[in-house]
Amino acid sequence: MAFQKIENVKISGIAACVPKAVERNINSSAFLSEEDAGKFIAATGIKERRIALPETCSSDLCYHAASKLIDQLGWNRKDIDCLIFITQTPDYIVPATSCILQDRLGLPTDCYAFDITLGCSGWVYGISILGSLLSSGNFKKGLLLVGETTSKTKSPSDKSTYPLFGDAGTATTMEYSPGYDPMYFHTGTDGSKHKAIYIPDGAFRNPTIIQSLQSEEIEPGIIRNRLQYIMDGGSVFIFSITKPPQSIRILLENAGKPKEVIDYFFLHQANKIMVEKIIEKLKIPLEKTPSCFELFGNTSMSSIPLTMVTCKREEFENSKLHHVTCGFGSGLSWASGYIVTDCIVCPELVEI
Amino acid sequence: MKEKFIEKFKEALDADGKDIRLEDRFRDYDEWDSLRYLSVIAMIDSEFDIIIETAEFKKIETVGGLIEEVEKRIKG
Repeated sequence: MAFQKIENVKISGIAACVPKAVERNINSSAFLSEEDAGKFIAATGIKERRIALPETCSSDLCYHAASKLIDQLGWNRKDIDCLIFITQTPDYIVPATSCILQDRLGLPTDCYAFDITLGCSGWVYGISILGSLLSSGNFKKGLLLVGETTSKTKSPSDKSTYPLFGDAGTATTMEYSPGYDPMYFHTGTDGSKHKAIYIPDGAFRNPTIIQSLQSEEIEPGIIRNRLQYIMDGGSVFIFSITKPPQSIRILLENAGKPKEVIDYFFLHQANKIMVEKIIEKLKIPLEKTPSCFELFGNTSMSSIPLTMVTCKREEFENSKLHHVTCGFGSGLSWASGYIVTDCIVCPELVEI
Repeated sequence: MKEKFIEKFKEALDADGKDIRLEDRFRDYDEWDSLRYLSVIAMIDSEFDIIIETAEFKKIETVGGLIEEVEKRIKG
């Protein structure tokens, strides 16, 4: 079973960045009528989302979050040993965007840098990976950048995907810290359902051909081409209300932490109907589950750190907190983590 | 069980006053759409602790069929 305990490492800062441009779902062209839009908003809770400019990439959002965080921490950029970038919307197919970010952020050329492709489980996965790299003490300071311009992979004429997602990028710093409270993780994967969330063409299994760009009406309100995101809503919903609660229970049991000692449960902000169902299944009080989907939509792997920054920034800066986090999505892939933070640096939301 | 199911089914469809019959093809209801589908899945899970996977759900056509599936799994 994929259960991990990671010691001697702590999170020292979390920052998030979103585009300034707001798209309100009630006026979204993705819906055939305002009545449809109203029903969608009532069920998903998603009122508005941030949309990146055509020239803005995930890496730009992460860059701005990281710059502000590093400056507020007062870190010397040359001391950052390791950079991990997690996205599904890189700058290029080749090379890894982390290499571009190393240069742009002024990190040393002997920095250990690489990309990871994961969706909504990305931030929790990233914390476990960077945590593992730092826990031996070989690396002292690391930077985890996770972000996605989700709007660019969806068809604006697909009501089953486009109005759910928003763009955001985040930065999390971690450091080697002997004796710090251990982190615990439980992770899971079910590749048999990889087509529940996917983009058929554009990589190497199905390279881009002229037909990839031909839009097809799947049903009224759902028009997309083969370079755009497909989501099997029913399968994803069933996955989301079964695996995450199960994973959180396994995590707490293995970590030996009763749910009463947890200050906050940061759940991936998919949408209202999924998040409420997970809360119901876990029998946890609503006030322990901060939420930001109403104003930002589903921001993929950014949603957990974005919730931390937009809902609980001051508490993160001023108190010691015990969290459970759980990300789940494309893959299908899911990850739950128990994490302790103690008066970390948490700048105000950056908007570009 | 039938009465409870129908009452909860109406709530999930947001159609309190609706006359629901066992032979109804629920996909033909005006209220039926992808969001109502998720509400029904969620309702069956909350009320009966049963998850009907997408492939199985597709095979069920009527309200009576849904009730039979739930009853079968409760006994199963």
